[in-house]
Amino acid sequence: MNKDVVIKVENLGKQYRLGEIGSGTFAGELARFIKNIRGKQADDLITDNDRTLQAKKGDIVWAAKDINFEVKRGEVLGIIGKNGAGKSTLLKMLSRVTAPSVGSIKVKGRIASLLEVGTGFHPDLTGRENIFLNGAILGMTKNEIRSKFDEIVDFSGVARYIDTPVKRYSSGMYVRLAFAVAAHLEPEILIVDEVLAVGDVEFQRKCLGKMKDVSSEGRTVIFVSHNMGAVKSLCQSGIVMKNGTMDFAGNINDCVSRYLKINTTENEGDVVIEKKGTGTGEALIKRIQLINEDGNTAESVLYKSPIKMRVYIDSSVTIPKASLDVKISDKDGSILFHALNIYHNQALPLQEGENIFETEIDNQLLPGGFLASIGVHNAATYYTMDYQENIIAFEVIKAAKNAADSYPYEWVVAPAMAKSDWKKIK
Amino acid sequence: MKDTFDYEIGAKKSLLSFNFKELWRYRDLISLLVKRDYVAVYKQTVLGPVWFFIQPLITSIIFTLIFGNIANLAPEGKPPFLFFLCGQTFWNYFASCLTATSNTFVANASVFGKVYFPRLAVPISVVISNLLKFSLQFIMLVIVWMYYYFDGTYNIQVNLSLFLIPIYLVLMALMGLGAGLIISSLTTRYRDFTFLVGFGVQLLMWATPVVYHLDTLKTKSLLGYQFVKFNPMTSIMEASKFGFDCGGSFDPALLTYSAVFAGVLMLFGIVIFNRVEKTFMDTV
Repeated sequence: MNKDVVIKVENLGKQYRLGEIGSGTFAGELARFIKNIRGKQADDLITDNDRTLQAKKGDIVWAAKDINFEVKRGEVLGIIGKNGAGKSTLLKMLSRVTAPSVGSIKVKGRIASLLEVGTGFHPDLTGRENIFLNGAILGMTKNEIRSKFDEIVDFSGVARYIDTPVKRYSSGMYVRLAFAVAAHLEPEILIVDEVLAVGDVEFQRKCLGKMKDVSSEGRTVIFVSHNMGAVKSLCQSGIVMKNGTMDFAGNINDCVSRYLKINTTENEGDVVIEKKGTGTGEALIKRIQLINEDGNTAESVLYKSPIKMRVYIDSSVTIPKASLDVKISDKDGSILFHALNIYHNQALPLQEGENIFETEIDNQLLPGGFLASIGVHNAATYYTMDYQENIIAFEVIKAAKNAADSYPYEWVVAPAMAKSDWKKIK
Repeated sequence: MKDTFDYEIGAKKSLLSFNFKELWRYRDLISLLVKRDYVAVYKQTVLGPVWFFIQPLITSIIFTLIFGNIANLAPEGKPPFLFFLCGQTFWNYFASCLTATSNTFVANASVFGKVYFPRLAVPISVVISNLLKFSLQFIMLVIVWMYYYFDGTYNIQVNLSLFLIPIYLVLMALMGLGAGLIISSLTTRYRDFTFLVGFGVQLLMWATPVVYHLDTLKTKSLLGYQFVKFNPMTSIMEASKFGFDCGGSFDPALLTYSAVFAGVLMLFGIVIFNRVEKTFMDTV
């Protein structure tokens, strides 16, 4: 049977005005108001969404634009994207905190949103009083809260302090109590934003478990997170946001790999970079090449052969000691290891103009796809001059330099191996 | 089957599409907010709710000394203390409704920005918790009134218009809430209005017969009288004093005018609030 649609988003968009509100905007508003009265369409709907451009005062940007998707009953949808991709704006519109500028969202059933835990907690009220207040703010009735009260206290693990004002709580207790209330909501649709990033490991696991329970009960969940592991284990489908628009929608595994490759270009093995990453920009990484033993561009790395890279850096400064690093992550974005010249006391000088560096990294990787992030920093001040995250994707293939050394199995149990020594002692 | 969505979130909303059903569904939230206002204010105090009594009591004593004895503003033949206490109690209800609702959006921005519930629940809970505060002070007023009634030094009559007091309260609540909603909507963009409320309420008190009697004003300044007469709070203030027979007057025509004014203000307030609540997060 065709599962019915509980959320339908059509042509959704939201624009924001840049700059401060002051006496200047008042005049602008009057002008716009008069224009509106005279039946003219306000001509401020611009399309540019490049946030790196210098803003003029009163400029308008689209924080989200042209968003269309549907969520079916019982579906767990993950929304991923880099900071500033429009995830929060989308979430705010879905949870009715702010209205869209264009388009519409149609909803079937009650939505509860957890954009933050502990919303409306009053520091002077006791844990007990706050459970009721917070529960009601999240849309529960007194009776619902009363019937779940013991469960909530139990889940939070702060039973002893329940009649103490929450301002006396440790931050961990506070967050746990807050999440406990939220976790016991029973709406048809639940919207969750990164609340899992709180508490210790044990509590995080508890939260993830609770989220899984919610989805297995057949309720719809929309989940926003930077934690690719959590997204993958919870969601079935996903949306990748980029610059305020939908970049990709579909199966969650495809979404995650798409998201992690947003930076990497099609040209695998040789990446030419036009945009500055994070950092001061005094030196810019211009090009990264994956190379083989002969120094030619390679698209993949042989099993057990070192990973060799060539990095081209344009510098506007001369620095006696620069540090260069490479982070290798698996295709879910989990960092596996870190190579840094400073670890081996190999600080290198950086001259004004073009610099070319080469690195050779010991290869403990097992066959599979990987991502590398590359950075250049000032070793004396620790400032990052340029850092390009997940900029190059590469594959470690099963073949080795000598055919006899090739990876012997069909399956791979982990992304990397550990060097180990084996002997028989009896 | 496809078109059976419960609600739609869109860019535009018609002027008066107010969802009272939804507000009703959140009645538990309103009651808990009232409880919070009530409980949280006097946490970590020794005297607790006794402060509700001390405030108007001491203000009235000071008013009796200054406006009663020095400025001679209390009406002849009526107990001055009762006159000032009555004015204080009723005026305080209106003033606290207005000031407390007028910063709804700014004060609750952090909550409103994270979760949706009918925004009107907050100002309504403020009006209700102020009503609770008022009823405590009202009991005190009745006790003082009974003291003067049985004491016999002053000639105080039981007056049937006393039973109209709930209506006065509703009118004051509507006016306070209506004006508060309008101001809170405007403050989301321009904070100038917060300053305006601060001293505006004080100024309004002098333009309302709180510490003086409308008849006294008539004899001293006819221009002032004409002006104050059309202050919608005037008739309510006068009528409630009349109810306790400590001065004041009862004017049905002016009371009707106040009622119409309160209704229009409230309607206007809801319309503006309704418009602003959708996007105030972007400008607050």
